[in-house]
Amino acid sequence: MVVTIIYKGIAASPGIAIAKAIVVKQEKYAPPLSTVTDTEAEWTRYQAALQAAKGEIEQIHQLTIEKLGEQHAEIFEGHLLILDDPELNDGVEAAIKEESYKAEYALHTTAQQFIRMLLELDDDTLRGRATDIEDITARMMSHLRGVKHVDLSALNEECIIVAHDLTPSDTAQLQLELVRGFITEAGSRTSHSAIMARSLELPAIVGTGADIFKIETGSILIIDGMKGEVFVDPDQQLRNEYEAAKLAYDQKQADLRKLVQAPTISADGHQVELAANVGKLEDIERAIQHGAEGIGLFRTEFLYMSRSELPSEEEQYNCYKFALEKMNGKPVVIRTLDIGGDKELSYLQLPKEENPFLGQRALRFCLANPELFRTQLRALLRASVYGNLKIMFPMIAVLEELLQAKQLLAEEKQRLQDEGIAVSQSIEVGMMVEIPSVAISADLFAPHIDFFSIGTNDLIQYTMAADRMNQSISYLYQPLHPSILRLVKMVIEAGKQAGKWVGMCGEMAGDAKAVPLLLGLGLHEFSMSATSILATREQIGLLDRTRWEDLANQALALPTAAAVEKLIIEHC
Amino acid sequence: MVSETYKIVNPTGFHVRPTKTFVQAASQYPCKITVHNKGKKANGKSSLTMLTLGITVGDDVVLECDGEQEQEALQELGKLLTSIYD
Repeated sequence: MVVTIIYKGIAASPGIAIAKAIVVKQEKYAPPLSTVTDTEAEWTRYQAALQAAKGEIEQIHQLTIEKLGEQHAEIFEGHLLILDDPELNDGVEAAIKEESYKAEYALHTTAQQFIRMLLELDDDTLRGRATDIEDITARMMSHLRGVKHVDLSALNEECIIVAHDLTPSDTAQLQLELVRGFITEAGSRTSHSAIMARSLELPAIVGTGADIFKIETGSILIIDGMKGEVFVDPDQQLRNEYEAAKLAYDQKQADLRKLVQAPTISADGHQVELAANVGKLEDIERAIQHGAEGIGLFRTEFLYMSRSELPSEEEQYNCYKFALEKMNGKPVVIRTLDIGGDKELSYLQLPKEENPFLGQRALRFCLANPELFRTQLRALLRASVYGNLKIMFPMIAVLEELLQAKQLLAEEKQRLQDEGIAVSQSIEVGMMVEIPSVAISADLFAPHIDFFSIGTNDLIQYTMAADRMNQSISYLYQPLHPSILRLVKMVIEAGKQAGKWVGMCGEMAGDAKAVPLLLGLGLHEFSMSATSILATREQIGLLDRTRWEDLANQALALPTAAAVEKLIIEHC
Repeated sequence: MVSETYKIVNPTGFHVRPTKTFVQAASQYPCKITVHNKGKKANGKSSLTMLTLGITVGDDVVLECDGEQEQEALQELGKLLTSIYD
């Protein structure tokens, strides 16, 4: 029995590839210490190599713009900057002219200094820039030595590349029509090769260690980019298994890609909106990639936490502006500060409360500290002209709180306008429904808001009087309980009566078991974590809303969450 | 010589793109540009040394401009330090 050889590494980019291996062996050249007598000539020689390298990188830059677009080509602009770097070139010049070093050695020692400094940094991405310096140095070194620089652009059949590492210029020159994936000895999930693999959607495994160089060019390889495994010369059975797996995976990816751009429409033609909940600016790009039609909950606490003082109006304004511009006209629902309870701010010296979850938090805290609140409102109002802003107030219990918050907002808006600062005239203002008193009397609040967003995480806890984090009673956290469904229905009905839209930003919105009921109850917007959006869109596309309207009403009359769950499973 | 402290608010700190933009702008000025962060200092016109400063979000960096057009440089470069990049 032939045992298939398996190598393991870090799963850097998902997917399956089956192709012939092309093993690239590039020795790293470390020049010996040597000196020259004519330092002027040596400096001239270095500068010539520098110019030659520049010319080549400019060509690669251009080629990359054509093949892969501006964004991927940007890294070569960075390379060109490095070539022009005064510290690098001054360092080499000094090494040549003062130490009389040969250009190769002068370049090597100077570059190594920077590489060492970068490798000392904590930040993965910055550390990865050491690869850029090595890439550029290797190219200049080849010119100085008069040797050919290894070229990955001369492939003639489908293959999987096996290499020590793939530098930016390597990946730029890869013939994408022929490269099916790659494996590198070095690298991590954040190294350049891994990032490139993910954006090119090529399966890749990195950080395998030197063993992979036992693979010979021409061997058949299977890459399992999810598991981080490489199979060498697999038998027919394994090969068949993986070919089937690959077909299924590729089909699923294609289906998902179509879903990203698609609207969310039920089987019987009823449209709803799927949005993302985000907690930091970096999440927005991911939300867009996962097909979010908007941001249904933008948590602003990140601006106030992990720091030693309050965020300034300017800082907040910059962040809100960024989010609005990034979403390019799609709705962004920004929630005002929701601090307190379990989220503490050390620099505010808030009085200790016996029961912080039922204490002066979120909007209550903001109304008691109006200066801080006004600063946030001003920043939001100023940023509003850059996109489709909706402001949402959390944790309202009584009408007076809503009216007070709206009053402060109106005052700041007037003040800005008096100062001649532009403010959008179409900012929707809404509120979260988290406290049962609001859900039960939603009709009393509806005339005063543009939308409701149901925060089921807290709503369920307050309704069941149970802390979901308390293991002994967390079984009481039941999103499908008829009481919760009835409260949700009350809010949606109140919204309907008053012509206001109702969304949900609690976890329940992305819960596959709850989605059919929510659709049936008439929820307009479902906001969830980005990774749940596509699956939910797919699910809703298969549901008949009219049928689920009926089933939801049946669910409301059931005695327990278990009974509701049974109903859902029976009809899904 | 003029100098000012700026807080980095860009969520991903100061990676390749912001550094590139900063260095390209700094290189247009005749004056000397120095950036200090966490006890290290860098030549603002050198992208390599700027990267080695390891600037991350929340850092307070000191920008020093010394020479011709130092005021304009401080203004423009200060703004770049406190911007948010895609």
